[in-house]
Amino acid sequence: MHVPDGFLDASTSIATGAVAVAAVGVALRKARTELDDRTAPMAGLVATFVFAAQMLNFPVGAGTSGHLMGGALAAVLVGPWTGLLCVSVVLLVQALLMADGGITALGTNVVLIGVVTVAVGWVVFRGLVAVLPKRAATIAPAAAVGALLGVPVAAGVFTGLFAVGGLAPVDLGDVLVAMLAWHTVIGVGEAVITGLVVGSVVAARPDLVHGARHLLPARPLEIREVAA
Amino acid sequence: MGAGHGHLLHYHGHSPVHRAPAHLKLLALVVFALVVVATPRSAWPAYAAYAVGLLAVVALSRVPLGYLARRMVVEVPFAVFAVLMPFVATGPRTEVLGVAVSQPGLDAGLALLVKGSLGVLASLTLAATTEATDVLRGLRRLRVPELVVQIAGFMVRYLEVVTGEMGRMLTAMRSRGCDPRSPRHWPTLARSLGALFVRSYERGERVHLAMVSRGYTGTLPTGLDPRSRVGEGRAPGARVA
Repeated sequence: MHVPDGFLDASTSIATGAVAVAAVGVALRKARTELDDRTAPMAGLVATFVFAAQMLNFPVGAGTSGHLMGGALAAVLVGPWTGLLCVSVVLLVQALLMADGGITALGTNVVLIGVVTVAVGWVVFRGLVAVLPKRAATIAPAAAVGALLGVPVAAGVFTGLFAVGGLAPVDLGDVLVAMLAWHTVIGVGEAVITGLVVGSVVAARPDLVHGARHLLPARPLEIREVAA
Repeated sequence: MGAGHGHLLHYHGHSPVHRAPAHLKLLALVVFALVVVATPRSAWPAYAAYAVGLLAVVALSRVPLGYLARRMVVEVPFAVFAVLMPFVATGPRTEVLGVAVSQPGLDAGLALLVKGSLGVLASLTLAATTEATDVLRGLRRLRVPELVVQIAGFMVRYLEVVTGEMGRMLTAMRSRGCDPRSPRHWPTLARSLGALFVRSYERGERVHLAMVSRGYTGTLPTGLDPRSRVGEGRAPGARVA
């Protein structure tokens, strides 16, 4: 759902751009607390992973395919702030080097694919983890539900933006129904993949899953000084 | 990145457009796209002028038009939407080839197609004429936060490594009779993605340790800085920005 140039008018694009800049600004400060001095290299490699994961398409029907957005996935794996940074950087690089998603729509794309899916995914995930029993087996289903809900919410937010700054006289009810129906299907694909990926990482390296960290004793990286 | 490792859309060349400072090209792209989006949809002469101007820049860059045209497929999903627009939009109907369609929908569809195409072509021209490292340097000159540029730098640097790794995993899956697109094989696919995440994360840790062992304290004394005297393994003549 990379939005191209010309889909929303200039004032809406600038407004979503301002929201995106503010969100990324907060994430920049908070990501430092999630990853300390490892922020740049770790977030860079995770962003590369998100980009690679987005290359996988799954069929949605009618011959079209959706691809993973990865907001909820990134949030559960590396934390919401680092996750938002990673998805935003992916979108920036895609817009600048791959011409995927319009330049003026970059803010819109960061808000929809980054902020909304990360925020919804993370809040739902944390809520579920808080009420479910404290076991590693609950992490993957909670992440899946977060991913499932994030995609239709992003579609709903898109419809709202389209109502404000859309450049076509389409009946808004129709847009909302079509977007929600379509993106619920995409959300199911997103949920299945997110749940399975998180499940497999929890099984192999639970310490790498930010959302599962409270289940494990802390194991900080130890750097030993060696005499010359 | 050494020479000959340009990103996916880069087209090697030595035209004035290739040599122009990256931050100016980025700025021009943003301004151009904003102006196109802000132009009222009935101002067709203005669109014609934008198209002529853009094609002049493409001609100046000596990137073959066919090269750019083939890469405009990223636009296809929205072209489909634009084509559907006249049929789903409301408003007074008009006849096109004997089919009743919505007049405002037709106008909006055409405008979307034109605006979208201009934006995509402009972005492709930037991508084709600017090396990834120059784009990053341009972002830094435009005061994009240092950490964002660094993360993007790591992403660009390791993109080929990680996507290559994923490509090999997919080849291995296919050679064992797995169809990654089929939902039946999603569990296998997800385990591969999980493995890819672990590998990417561990690579990040190794990169971080390697940097710490070379004196990294959280900020990068980088060759991306145009004022830096530190060499960055590139031919001196290639650095114009």
